[in-house]
Amino acid sequence: MTTFTVPIDNGDSVKIAEEESQRTLYPYVTGTSIVAIKYKDGVLMASDMGGSYGSTLRYKNIERVKAIGKHSLLGASGEISDFQEILRYLDELTLNDNMWDDGNSLGPKEIHNYLTRVMYNRRNKFNPLWNTLVLGGVKNGKSYLGMVSMIGVSFEDDHVATGFGNHLARPILRDEWHADLSFEDGVKLLEKCMRVLLYRDRSAINKLQIAKITEEGVTVSQPYSLKTFWEFSSFHNPTAGAEGSW
Amino acid sequence: MFRNQYDTDVTTWSPTGRLFQVEYAMEAVKQGSAAIGLRSRSHVVLACVNKAQSELSSHQRKIFKVDDHIGVAIAGLTADGRVLSRYMRSESINHSFTYESPLPVGRLVVHLADKAQVCTQRSWKRPYGVGLLVGGLDESGAHLYYNCPSGNYFEYQAFAIGSRSQAAKTYLERRFESFQESSREDLIKDAIMAIRETLQGETLKSSLCTVSVLGVDEPFHFLDQESIQKVIDTFEKVPEEEEDAGEGEAEPEAATGAAGTGEQGGSGDQDVAPMEI
Repeated sequence: MTTFTVPIDNGDSVKIAEEESQRTLYPYVTGTSIVAIKYKDGVLMASDMGGSYGSTLRYKNIERVKAIGKHSLLGASGEISDFQEILRYLDELTLNDNMWDDGNSLGPKEIHNYLTRVMYNRRNKFNPLWNTLVLGGVKNGKSYLGMVSMIGVSFEDDHVATGFGNHLARPILRDEWHADLSFEDGVKLLEKCMRVLLYRDRSAINKLQIAKITEEGVTVSQPYSLKTFWEFSSFHNPTAGAEGSW
Repeated sequence: MFRNQYDTDVTTWSPTGRLFQVEYAMEAVKQGSAAIGLRSRSHVVLACVNKAQSELSSHQRKIFKVDDHIGVAIAGLTADGRVLSRYMRSESINHSFTYESPLPVGRLVVHLADKAQVCTQRSWKRPYGVGLLVGGLDESGAHLYYNCPSGNYFEYQAFAIGSRSQAAKTYLERRFESFQESSREDLIKDAIMAIRETLQGETLKSSLCTVSVLGVDEPFHFLDQESIQKVIDTFEKVPEEEEDAGEGEAEPEAATGAAGTGEQGGSGDQDVAPMEI
């Protein structure tokens, strides 16, 4: 809380203005889960393109996975404006890195750690960036995949998921992920997770992008939708076992 | 170099476009005892002559570890050198903390040079009186840089600074083309032999020199006396057969702590100032 005091001639001071410091108290426009896995040639990351305004699925064309520098991909769930702020920080960082023009470049590990520092420092000031970030990349043949939460918890793993993905996608990944997945198998696995999320996560929409990063660089697919099936027998008469109830 | 009316302030240009204070600062580097650096594709060796104030005291430390992958050897005002080493360690550790990745030596050297430049353009400051041989690794392999009090920096395959460094430089000039592909052991041997050149007559003993190594799979560390002596023994066994004529079979008593006069003629100071080692 910043307060301003102005001394007046008679020696007393009067509080002129009192402003509640601008800090994030709750998110407004949010993105839902991100799911990412390491595969044979690098990292695959999937997200839908929705931005929810509370319970309204308001924005349907938000790219929540972006390329960072030559070697990394950043995906975010949570407050979209905070994600855009983070992209600005990283823009400045990668610009300065490129300006050195000396054959050294920031890899995914460096960016992950930089983001961890930023998120943790914001959390300590009680003004968090309301995101869970997924950072994937490939440098010098080594794949890297890690996550940072809004309170600064950070770790690396072979497969990660945020938001609802933690509950719905990770069990699938734990069972079916293995090292050296081919590109096709990797995409199939991600689509399986995204389909479950589409059925069960209220803030998911059926328009997703899958991004791939390998030693050669980043490719983000065009948006597409998954085939869904709603003709399960239990959907036909949902109250069959309990008439009169919701 | 003689006194003139343009040499009082670092912010005064001479009519011929020189900053004399900066040049005088570079003279201070020449007064310090020798420091040598060489590099191959994957390793950097820094070596220096151990000089002590007197027979009673221990020798000054001239080589500092900045990080596991960066080391620095200094010549000139050691106090200035210590302060700059602390700055380098600070920059390196801050980078490691934020990015969990080693600071590329090329970027550290530019920060250092920019810091030195500031002192050449403020009337209330003076240039640092120390030359730094910075050896380290980055993504493209091993590098050796020389940072001057003027704020310039240069990359070298091999270099020597300090008093009687010209003798070492002559030795290195003859051999430097082979350094890029040298093995670690050959590089160390060449460094010690270059040190020997600066001693000019004194018998080379492991107590007279300090040698440090760093490499792609080897963090910065000092070689112990035994290892240095072993290398010395491989070439000091038959002193008569050495290529350089004038290297005596005669063994004058090693003069410990002997102050050398600056070979470039100095600015009239024949004695080494106490603060310069």
